Amino acid sequence: MSGNFPTCDRDRALRLLEQMIRIRRFEEKCVELYGAQKIRGFMHLYIGEEAVATGVMEQLCPEDAVSATYREHGQALARGVDPGKLMAEMYGKQQGCARGRGGSMHIFDASTRFYGGNGIVAGGLPVAVGLALADRMQNRRNVTACFFGEGAVAEGEFHESMNLAALWRLPVLFVCENNLYAMGTALRISESATDIARKAEAYDVASAAVDGMDVLAVAEAARRAVDVVREGRPYLLECRTYRFRAHSMFDAELYRPKEEVAQWKKRDPITLFVAQMQDAGVLRDEDVRELERRVEREVAEAVSFAEAGNWEPVEDLTRFVYSEKSRL
Amino acid sequence: MSDSAATNKTTYREAIREGLREALCSDSRVFLMGEDVGHYGGCFAVSRGLLEEFGAERVRDTPLAESAFVGAGIGAALGGMRPIVEIMTVNFSLLALDQIMNTAATLLHMSGGQFNVPIVIRMATGGGKQLAAQHSHSLEGWYAHIPGLTILTPATMEDARHMLGAALREPDPVLIFENQTLYPLEGDSPEPASNFDITRAAVRRPGRDATLVTYGAGLHKSLAAAETLAAEGVDVEVLDLRVLRPLDDATIIESIGKTHRALVVDDGWRSGGISAEIAARIMEQAFFELDAPVARLCGAEVPMPYSKHLELAALPQPETIAETVRKLVNKHG
Ligand SMILES: Cc1ncc(C[n+]2csc(CCOP(=O)(O)OP(=O)(O)O)c2C)c(N)n1
Repeated sequence: MSGNFPTCDRDRALRLLEQMIRIRRFEEKCVELYGAQKIRGFMHLYIGEEAVATGVMEQLCPEDAVSATYREHGQALARGVDPGKLMAEMYGKQQGCARGRGGSMHIFDASTRFYGGNGIVAGGLPVAVGLALADRMQNRRNVTACFFGEGAVAEGEFHESMNLAALWRLPVLFVCENNLYAMGTALRISESATDIARKAEAYDVASAAVDGMDVLAVAEAARRAVDVVREGRPYLLECRTYRFRAHSMFDAELYRPKEEVAQWKKRDPITLFVAQMQDAGVLRDEDVRELERRVEREVAEAVSFAEAGNWEPVEDLTRFVYSEKSRL
Repeated sequence: MSDSAATNKTTYREAIREGLREALCSDSRVFLMGEDVGHYGGCFAVSRGLLEEFGAERVRDTPLAESAFVGAGIGAALGGMRPIVEIMTVNFSLLALDQIMNTAATLLHMSGGQFNVPIVIRMATGGGKQLAAQHSHSLEGWYAHIPGLTILTPATMEDARHMLGAALREPDPVLIFENQTLYPLEGDSPEPASNFDITRAAVRRPGRDATLVTYGAGLHKSLAAAETLAAEGVDVEVLDLRVLRPLDDATIIESIGKTHRALVVDDGWRSGGISAEIAARIMEQAFFELDAPVARLCGAEVPMPYSKHLELAALPQPETIAETVRKLVNKHG
């Protein structure tokens, strides 16, 4: 386990740990706020999957583009979307990153090239292909990272997008977050062939599968993948992970045994990484305390920011259906 | 057209091709993609020759994957390009409906105004060529239901030639519906245009006794009916909507103010169709101008049949339009 550490200095390890803890605490706060009915609508949590967004996002540059799914709070935070604006969006406030018109499932942020949240399973894949096409046609060496769940692999858009990206040699990093369940449908009852990384072969796309609970392993696999993508070839990275919470806030979790969940929780990406750092002797107890305090403050500030925000005047209801003409 | 204008003949198909060529020449961000737009020359031969002229990067053949290449067009638009995506016919656009409606039309709003999508999607529409129920429908009125889209229906040489350029100047998604029966239509070469309008309906034939509100293939059938009726002393105005969304209410209402009678002619289905919307707007905005209830002549409510006589019967024709107008002008409110 500590074998990765020679390549990971203390500062970097602390940054990765902090990012995962930030996502975890933010999500826990969201649960609380959902209970208090401050956040409404569908909400999907990233708890258990933090290592994936954290490890992948570390490999991207500010010029790169990111697209994700309705389960995208973690990607948004890891990408650097302002937590206050993110929280305000979930409150539905005008100060939200999408002025409260998107909500939890539709986080957008132009300043970090975060092209959403998408409520349509697999809907983001063709768009990511197009973003990469624009980069290629304009000779920009950017990467478009596209996150999606293993459920999306059953959709036609996954296959159409893999083919197009390979055919046109487009710099798309496809990141499949395989948490084994699409809502309540297990991978094994929905796919004839369950090895997702291998599906890439059919499209002549390079691929790898990685332990999505091990942030350093994800980071290393993503680094290799991004190297390929930056040379102008797509790549499929399957991150094998697990969601610890229900699919959304409305889910009795009838489809998986409690023991299975307990088993996976033993491989919690945060505890795992803390143990790795301790083994390697690069983590002190006060590090964790300090880091938790900082994150707690940040989350509290995000909540205050959201609370202090205002509702967009109803007179603005029909804005942003068409561009306000001065834009272009 | 002015006397000095060149009176070269062209076709609707060539006019669209000229529009494409001009767009590709004048802006390096523009590219065309779709099934068989390149090596085949376009399934209706619209893009013939463009691959040779502009190369495979900018006249891009795609796999049979409507959802992916429409989505890729959206992404490319977000990334700074000005894609023109061609879908062979409106029927196949249903495989990309998710991207058109759930992404292109919603992104600007969902992102709180951050991400506009300057994409143009062209497709053939309409019946009349005995292609039966999977290649013949007129679903443009259906698309006009969707906020965030602009829906254009070129029916004249000018519109075929110039609507595309104007659409590419829009910051938001524009869908252009080319009625497939119009491709061989001949007419005078349109003059060059700047700041070409894509917001207003146009009166194509002024008249006093009734207004035919129509678009696309319906325009030509309505003009033919108007000729027949003129010989009988009935003088109808023919109004070409040009834009199905947003509808130009003002021009419609102005015409009703003059003729006091309206017949909406639409190849699309009647129930829940654009004709219902137009009738409702006339009722809402010009009820007291009307001398008779608004009439509608629409496509029959069946999947399009193959057999010629049935297909003819399923669509408004000059004869049925004329007959409906006769009844309309004899009605008194
Ligand atoms: C096209 C489409 N079909 C169905 C749904 C309903 N739905 C929402 S999430 C989901 C499961 C998707 O699972 P997966 O892709 O594995 O992602 P995860 O939720 O596990 O992160 C389904 C079926 C949807 N949003 N979009």
